[in-house]
Amino acid sequence: MSKDVAVLGAGMHPWGKWGRNFVEYGVHAARAALADAGVDWQDIQFIAGGETVRNGYAGYVAGSSIAQALGWSGARVATAYAACASGASAIDIARARILAGLCDVALVVGADTTPKGFLAPSGGERKQDPDWLRFYLLGATNPTYFAFYARRRMELYGSTEKDWAAVKIKNARHGLNNPNARYRKEVTEEEILSSAMVSEPLRLLNICTTSDGGAAVVLTSLEYARRKGVSDPVKVSGVSTVTPKFPKTVIDLPDIATDSAAAAAPPESTFRDSIAAAAYEEAGLGPDDLDLAEVYDLSTALELDWYENIGLCKEGEAERLIRDGDTTIGGRIPVNPSGGLACFGEAVPAQAIAQVCEVTWQLRGEAQGRQVDGAKVGLTINQGLFGHGSSVILTR
Amino acid sequence: MPELVPAVDGFFTTDPEPALLGTRCTTCGTYHFPAETFFCRNPACDGTTLEQVTLSRRGKVWSWTMNRYPAPPPFPKTEPFEPYGVAAVELAEERMIVLGMLARDVDASALHIGDEVELSVEPHRDNETLIWTWKPVS
Repeated sequence: MSKDVAVLGAGMHPWGKWGRNFVEYGVHAARAALADAGVDWQDIQFIAGGETVRNGYAGYVAGSSIAQALGWSGARVATAYAACASGASAIDIARARILAGLCDVALVVGADTTPKGFLAPSGGERKQDPDWLRFYLLGATNPTYFAFYARRRMELYGSTEKDWAAVKIKNARHGLNNPNARYRKEVTEEEILSSAMVSEPLRLLNICTTSDGGAAVVLTSLEYARRKGVSDPVKVSGVSTVTPKFPKTVIDLPDIATDSAAAAAPPESTFRDSIAAAAYEEAGLGPDDLDLAEVYDLSTALELDWYENIGLCKEGEAERLIRDGDTTIGGRIPVNPSGGLACFGEAVPAQAIAQVCEVTWQLRGEAQGRQVDGAKVGLTINQGLFGHGSSVILTR
Repeated sequence: MPELVPAVDGFFTTDPEPALLGTRCTTCGTYHFPAETFFCRNPACDGTTLEQVTLSRRGKVWSWTMNRYPAPPPFPKTEPFEPYGVAAVELAEERMIVLGMLARDVDASALHIGDEVELSVEPHRDNETLIWTWKPVS
């Protein structure tokens, strides 16, 4: 039995910063995806929402809020919280219902409205909450952790500020013509290297912002897609929502300490390596099969880590890829043709779905102004706080 | 002036030779910080007896940063803002990485991965509580 499902429709609300209700962005994206699929909302049998929990929005319920806004239809519903991986979680749930034969057509939506400045924990005094504690005790903002990884690349692999600037320049160029990107402007090395230092060695233009936005996909069984006259749809061929294996020995936000490896040997691969490995295994594909990848460039230096985590090169060799132009559109394996987080900023529960939208358009040959020629296989990857893997492999 | 108390209970001692307070599973020997008290996180172990231990006072820098923007609350707000360092430090015996702010007077520009650091305790940035910090061993 095929384990593929079809992406029949993809839609987004452009990324920006307006502070409106997240439901607005979600409904806009959902309607765009439904129109793209040629499916009526009232024919959707299942809706899955990606949500975030933060800053007074705690407990808002994405799946049903958007279902209510679209108009109650009786569709079954689920809401997934997995931080930055929420969208992949929602996709995974919808895919599982379709593959189990419990439904033929599902809508997956994620949308967010973000506060200004650093992402911060919920208010109050919450000394049991690791996310609250890391801010209270250490001032360990998200860029603090990105800086740890960047510093290691510098000292261990000779990564330079110019390499990171090259990532930003590449992504800015990729996103120039993307109608959904928030930032559509070229940026120079000088601007990057003279931008304010945030968390050494990372400067402001090395770190992604937070954005408002919404993204949605319509997932269906292959049979349903055929009935709709789509015999060659973009397919979801692998989804990874893995958790880490004990002992996790790389410090990740929001943790204050890693697991201890005193009694148990660390796993052979790191958590980030294992996220992609699980997606490749499900899809029966490997890094050599990829035509493009959308990776989570929370920082420019982190994009280089992902090159290694998804197997584009060996550990410590990512700098060579960016220096050689391998990951630019037109290069060996374009990364972040959408422009990535550098051009979007992060809209947490929408972002993993937005990655899937981009790959869908790329595999259909519809990514105007940023098309990767002849793309047939694409991978998305990110990692959510608290141990949430997120990777989707799409094929056509 | 009243004596300052730790910013959080049960995380570290304030002796002349301060140490972080963790727990160790008596069944498999896995360390936990912050302390786990009800279960061992090793999936191959169903131990439920965790003894309080002090962690190694010295470790090696895994990575670090100097933050030049103020962190949002609940990090203490200071005027004027004073940049602060955060280090990730590997403890050899516990085989784990533990974060901590860098001690206030540390010259972070001279720091490198692998440098030896020692735990110290000093006032938090609002000078109202105490916090653990990492300080290079000179």
